[in-house]
Amino acid sequence: MIDNLPFIAVAALIIIGLYAVLFRRNLIKIVIGIALIESGVNLFLVTLGYRAGSIAPIYTSSPGGIMSYPVPQALTLTSIVIGVAVLALMLSLIIHIYRHYGSLDVRKLGGEDQ
Amino acid sequence: MNTRTIAAVIFFTIVSVFMLFSVLMIHPFGQPDAQAMDQYIIDNTVNETGTNNGVTAVVFDYRGFDTLGEATVLFTAVAGVMLLFRRLKK
Amino acid sequence: MKGMSKIVKTIANISFPFIMIYGLYIIMHGHLTPGGGFQGGAVVASGIVLILVAHGSDWIQTKIKEHDLSLFESLGAFCFILLAFLGIAFGGVFFTNFMVNTNLPFGQIPIDGAANLNTGGTIPLMNLAVGLKVIAGLFAIVLVMAIATLKKEESV
Repeated sequence: MIDNLPFIAVAALIIIGLYAVLFRRNLIKIVIGIALIESGVNLFLVTLGYRAGSIAPIYTSSPGGIMSYPVPQALTLTSIVIGVAVLALMLSLIIHIYRHYGSLDVRKLGGEDQ
Repeated sequence: MNTRTIAAVIFFTIVSVFMLFSVLMIHPFGQPDAQAMDQYIIDNTVNETGTNNGVTAVVFDYRGFDTLGEATVLFTAVAGVMLLFRRLKK
Repeated sequence: MKGMSKIVKTIANISFPFIMIYGLYIIMHGHLTPGGGFQGGAVVASGIVLILVAHGSDWIQTKIKEHDLSLFESLGAFCFILLAFLGIAFGGVFFTNFMVNTNLPFGQIPIDGAANLNTGGTIPLMNLAVGLKVIAGLFAIVLVMAIATLKKEESV
């Protein structure tokens, strides 16, 4: 059970990020929760391709031995860049919302009183 | 406690229980399942692509189409940010 | 926004060439050591943002317009797609590595499994194109956000 520590860390990151998205009122805290969920998913992709006792898949003066799989690492690279792009767009929209409504509380936008 | 808070609590409980159960049932850390595709890439990288970096060979040669999609997403994000902050010349 | 004090400006001017050389080394040796286009582009963009924070966006706006940055980014994307289409003309399928093991510029055969800067086919050129695109894109995002959050109401 303790050998599966990376997978437990992935589950903890996603649960904490989901709590921040669902139960917080400030818009910046919701964006931080989304970034935490993305970090958890990237960690999950990297730990899927590890073989016990392996080295990195680089051939320049490598000490020899079995190598870990390179395909999950390549797809994690793509996922990180997409995360940066989505975060930039979210923050630009928050700047516009603050300029229009004057507050960052998510329950005061749209004209509902709940 | 209105309906929105109750729905959020139910959804959060379902996802947390699902995550914690799947951690107990996943394969042990260090013994992945499917081996054929990655074993072929590890054996034939230096002959077919002439590089020494396995990850760069996968990103730009064996799976270059995904890198094209990622470059498109980055371009769309930069275009969207510059569209939102455009200054109209008066 | 205004810049910072004289000491901060001097230290940023001294450390910017080292950051840029380190980032360009990571981009250029992407097929030999860990790294590549995206990673090196993020390092160089961090160095340029350091200059922006130290000197203030008023001074930067007199040097670079946003129109030039979009030109660089489109140039990087265009070179990447051009290399992919040349694979159809020379090889057969989209994204063929048509320069490896031939007499073209980057086509040396690795000796004993040890590659150097001259091997690799189209991969070093693709690294440069993607690195240029990432540098211009990340710097454009930070510059546009820095100009838009001024106190005076001069942007829409």
